[in-house]
Amino acid sequence: MSPRRTLATAARVLRQLRHDPRTVGLLVAVPAVLMGLLAWILHGRDHDFDKFGPQLLGIFPLVVMFLVTSVATLRERAGGTLERLLTMPMGKADFVFGYALAFGLAAIVQALVVTGLSLGPYGMTVRGEAWLVVVVAVLDALLGTALGLSVSALAKTEFQAVQFMPAFILPQLLLCGIVVRRAALPGFLHAVSYALPMSYAVDATQQLSAHAAVTTQFGVDVMVVAAFVVAALAIGAATLRRRTP
Amino acid sequence: MTGAAVSVDRLTVVRGRTRAVDGVSFDIESGSLVGLLGPSGCGKTTLMRCLVGTQVVASGSVRLLGRPAGSRPLRDQVGYVTQVPSVYGDLTVRENLEYFAVVLAAPAGAVERALDEVDLRRHAGSVVERLSGGERARVSLATALLGAPRILVLDEPTVGLDPLLRRSLWSLFRRLAEGGTTLLVSSHVMDEAARCERLLLMRAGRIVADTTPDGLLATTSTDDFESAFVALIERQAAGEG
Repeated sequence: MSPRRTLATAARVLRQLRHDPRTVGLLVAVPAVLMGLLAWILHGRDHDFDKFGPQLLGIFPLVVMFLVTSVATLRERAGGTLERLLTMPMGKADFVFGYALAFGLAAIVQALVVTGLSLGPYGMTVRGEAWLVVVVAVLDALLGTALGLSVSALAKTEFQAVQFMPAFILPQLLLCGIVVRRAALPGFLHAVSYALPMSYAVDATQQLSAHAAVTTQFGVDVMVVAAFVVAALAIGAATLRRRTP
Repeated sequence: MTGAAVSVDRLTVVRGRTRAVDGVSFDIESGSLVGLLGPSGCGKTTLMRCLVGTQVVASGSVRLLGRPAGSRPLRDQVGYVTQVPSVYGDLTVRENLEYFAVVLAAPAGAVERALDEVDLRRHAGSVVERLSGGERARVSLATALLGAPRILVLDEPTVGLDPLLRRSLWSLFRRLAEGGTTLLVSSHVMDEAARCERLLLMRAGRIVADTTPDGLLATTSTDDFESAFVALIERQAAGEG
């Protein structure tokens, strides 16, 4: 792995985004509008917005980034640029971490806007520190990017790639504790929920909304999500193939 | 150990149920300009992918500059241009070249030199997807020239280009070969045979002739390459029957 090539790849991905302002607009606007919609739906029920708002604040960026990353890597495969890069002195990790870095930066912008709107005009309150909410939102967006990179090797077409979202993300959404408290899940599903990264992402936001001080559980959640990000990126790099049939 | 730049020995590639490359052997000397000709679907692209190490191979060996194809030390020594231009359509020509220059650790000035070599300086600031097909193909070619590779594998680099541009690219290829670069250039346009020093004619996964342009015309008693290729195939079919 070479820092020069990783940084150049990140810069290249950001340049591609700059040529596509509409995608950047959607990246920032979609989670922001969705959070506004949630605030509206729960209008007059501040308690519920304070409960669900932070949880979804972690999930919207994850879903958006998962999709954007899947499509971006699929484009590299279909367009032949990935194959070309892999015939060059390019490390697989340079490619994967370059993407993570670029989308990570995009995620910071996205998280600042969404969190700022939620805690400001939308009127969401959390007991914990506001900047930690931003940190969790960025981490969740990175998780989306990392998962997108790791499963994109399985997709041969755009149709398959977009279906990985419902296949990989929706089960996590059902089991992460938003629909039913995780402790109230049937025993087997409760056990499964421990193996899913979104459970920790959502729990981290719950810790922030419930406690003014940083809890040990919050620390554990953040570490686990970060570990999932690194593991998913490593899988993404390991599954890139220089030789294909 | 040979001094050949490219050395292919009994190479076989199986794709699905067909042998896309079927027991092919040949060597290419350093600094030569070799044409790989044959109808579409004959296995040219698969063979080229073997040389750059992106193709899963069933058996046989492919060595470039004495090393196995696709091995790490070769990755900045071998330039590859795919048939479909593989560059970023949403970046400008210069942004594409600058990115690949960093990946290849190309020397300073490589981008400017490559822009001139393919005559794209005027379009340096244009977004690639707004260029014509021929211009896009030249961006892809320029990318391969950035690292000044010792071997260039070019898959149909002149397809869809106008005659003037084709001529200027072939003279670029000849200049590169004179400078010591080894080039393997594929085409399904038989008339391009005249521009090569040596010809490998391929059909159904096999090399059916390894000759020179003059040699091909002489052995088939024809005066154009299209007829020469047809004559060669017919002669082979007769031999097989």
